[in-house]
Amino acid sequence: MPEAIAPRFRAGDRVAVRAAYPIGHVRTPFYIRGKQGVVERLCGAFPNPEELAYARSGEPAQPLYRVRFRQPDVWPDYSGQANDLVEVEIYQHWLEPA
Amino acid sequence: MSHDHADHAHVHRSPPRPDQDDTLTYYRAMEIALRELLIDKGIVTAEEVRRQVEDMDGRNAGRGARMVARGWVDPAYKRRMLEDGSRAAEELGLDVGPLKLIVVENTPEVHNVIVCTLCSCYPRMLLGLPPDWYKSRNYRSRVVREPRSVLAEFGTLIPDDVQIRVHDSTADMRYMVAPMRPAGTEGWSEQALAGLVTRDSMIGVAVATTPERRRG
Repeated sequence: MPEAIAPRFRAGDRVAVRAAYPIGHVRTPFYIRGKQGVVERLCGAFPNPEELAYARSGEPAQPLYRVRFRQPDVWPDYSGQANDLVEVEIYQHWLEPA
Repeated sequence: MSHDHADHAHVHRSPPRPDQDDTLTYYRAMEIALRELLIDKGIVTAEEVRRQVEDMDGRNAGRGARMVARGWVDPAYKRRMLEDGSRAAEELGLDVGPLKLIVVENTPEVHNVIVCTLCSCYPRMLLGLPPDWYKSRNYRSRVVREPRSVLAEFGTLIPDDVQIRVHDSTADMRYMVAPMRPAGTEGWSEQALAGLVTRDSMIGVAVATTPERRRG
């Protein structure tokens, strides 16, 4: 197996999810695209599921992060408390520094 | 049914529920074709398929409850569980397979709840098969956007000074909530405590059963 792609981010880094809308199998939920959050942890590296879905190898493995978002940053009309959070697993190729 | 039975004597029968196996849908046909091919090619046997289904149906939330209860009585175990959920499961002899388990802990300041907005990812190895509502569009689309309202519909009212963390399991991790230990359970055995840890409390749509409710 080829070596996994090196992680670009560390816990605590501010990141933005790419506002991209490709067709096909995508693991980045629509609601989180274009939003900014903070890396909670690096989960490891996994074969890219967007490639695996088409029977390709998914290699090299993509670093996967749990990214933490403030709910009011995700939903402008959020009705809960301002410090409520949502955490989403996002692969590195969907993230940019913010 | 509360109508008057005095003037007629007949046997009440509920209308028959339509059979679920009377339509060969696209995916049912695909499942049968794939399974028969795998059996014909000698890759799996029918008995192995049956055993897997039986194992899957046999898994229940009692597994996750054992972990949570151990964490309640053993702070060192809890620490290990929050650090590496998969390893903590294995420590109790629970086989989690390739699952990467993250246990998130409820505290007086934080309430956690799990969803998979993309499909229905769920820690099946520890909680068994997910309930139907967990897979519904209603739960999946709303709990991420208005968690407090959804929890209230489950009868779980989260105070305003408690932070809600929604965990969307979109990829390779699986999540389980460790609910708070209810008050009034000091000195309880680990096994008795595990009886308070319900499936829904480990998804995060409820809290652990209280001793009062247990008796009631």
